[in-house]
Amino acid sequence: MMKLKQTSVFLENRKGRLWKAISTLREADINIRALSIADTSEFGILRMIVPDPDKAKEVLEENTFVVKTNEVIGVEIPDQPGGLDGILEILTKADINVEYLYAFVEKKADQAIVVLRTEDIDAGIKALKEGGANLLSPEELYGL
Amino acid sequence: MIWNKEAECMTAGEMEELQLKRLQEVVKRAYENVPYYRKAFDDAGVRPEDIETLQDIEKLPFTSKTDLRDAYPFGMFAVPDDDIVEIHTTSGTTGKPTVSGYTQNDIELWGEVVARALVMAGGDKKDKIQNCYGYGLFTGGMGVHYGGQKIGATVIPVSAGNTMRQIEIMQDFDSTILTCTPSYAMYLAEVLENQGVGHDKISLKAGVFGAEMWTEEMRAEIEKKLNIDALNIYGLTEIIGPGVAQECMVKDGLHIFDDHFYPEIIDTQTLKALPAGEKGELVLTTLTREGMPVIRFRTRDITALRYGQCECGRTHVKMDRITGRSDDMLKIRGVIVFPSQIERALLKIEGLEPQYQIIVSRPQQLDELEVQVEASPALFSDEVKYVEEVKKNIEQHIHNEIGIRVNVTLVEPQSLPRSEGKAVRIIDKRELSK
Repeated sequence: MMKLKQTSVFLENRKGRLWKAISTLREADINIRALSIADTSEFGILRMIVPDPDKAKEVLEENTFVVKTNEVIGVEIPDQPGGLDGILEILTKADINVEYLYAFVEKKADQAIVVLRTEDIDAGIKALKEGGANLLSPEELYGL
Repeated sequence: MIWNKEAECMTAGEMEELQLKRLQEVVKRAYENVPYYRKAFDDAGVRPEDIETLQDIEKLPFTSKTDLRDAYPFGMFAVPDDDIVEIHTTSGTTGKPTVSGYTQNDIELWGEVVARALVMAGGDKKDKIQNCYGYGLFTGGMGVHYGGQKIGATVIPVSAGNTMRQIEIMQDFDSTILTCTPSYAMYLAEVLENQGVGHDKISLKAGVFGAEMWTEEMRAEIEKKLNIDALNIYGLTEIIGPGVAQECMVKDGLHIFDDHFYPEIIDTQTLKALPAGEKGELVLTTLTREGMPVIRFRTRDITALRYGQCECGRTHVKMDRITGRSDDMLKIRGVIVFPSQIERALLKIEGLEPQYQIIVSRPQQLDELEVQVEASPALFSDEVKYVEEVKKNIEQHIHNEIGIRVNVTLVEPQSLPRSEGKAVRIIDKRELSK
């Protein structure tokens, strides 16, 4: 199972809402491993990788946030020029669309982690595996 | 100038005598020719001969918008279809429209009351009236048209819309009187300003504005920007169209043409008549309409009546500027919208909580409607395009229901106000009820 669980939160375009979401996670002692925000003129979507997605969803919903948990792909790439390029090349050649992605670097290694969402998750995983990409399992990623 | 001194300046005694005679006639006509009224009067245990004084009108049942709509299309007509020479309707956004049928005499009457209104605004045969009320089933265009021709003015039937053309015509034809909604007048003023068309390039002297609520602040602004007298006209399709009441140059209330339209003010809770000067719902009875007499029509408009002679010399009773509605009806860009229609649209969308708030504003002189709904798991996804699709879908549902475009905003759950009783659904930032 190479699929990762991502937690997405609806944020109204209003002062203090992001802070409220993050505070809610802090109070539940949930560490955010990776995060990105998609913003539009009217609302935002906070996307996160956390070690315990079910717990995160529960505490956020208790605080009246709208939360969706969905699957994404985690890939480890070398933290050097061309790292991301290799991954995108594989996907493009396999004719697979990337909906969005975000990346972060590991503290004690020369690796970077890319979280990405393809239109068809299974097709994405298959193509990346065949292309020789280093997919991360949930345990590997959450444990970082 | 007064168009019809005899009618507009008669004494209270003369007026009451005329009103009673006409009331007795119209009640008899309605009873004898409209099955709806016969049944309604019979159910209320009242017969035409029971109307012995003007006060006796209170014995008659009210007529609501729903009653008129249920009679769609011609159920309220009191004459054979052959005698109807013209038909108008309401916009019908809340279901079937209300149809009004006019006989030749009704058309004459309409011209007469609008003539009085235009003369009140300083109009005469030398004027050129740029009539930007819509022509068609809507009563605005034709009503002003008949009145303008009656006083011998030149009517320019430009109808609504096409602002650049309006501005060209205004300058080229030397229009002197402008007739449209007050918000369109504001918009025109703004465009004129942006185009650098100064007061010296236009000949306008007065505006007769109606079909929506407006304020003294708007009047001041329109008068300053267009260098005109801006006057309020009132009317309803159900009664006749524009020309039920009109403001004179004193600009302190609208004269109701009460020799043709008999006004009452009722308490919306007890439905009892209120004394002069007290605010309540305006109820109107057509005293002389032939095609479609309407008895005690509940307008839902909130105002107060003031009797006595006006500084202008007229004795027609005056009503205050409309300050609100006794129901939650909104008028958005001239279109009638009820919050219940928006609710109906929202209920068709699966997974949507029926919590909503309507925000009406007028950012660029034109009304805008924002509907805020609470996000829910069914409406949400990690993908922006999905959430935007959801928003568009809700907008489309509301558009289908009310006929105008709205902007839907998703807000967080539990963020819209809730109350024990009726939720605060509408925030009207236009401040029309001051």
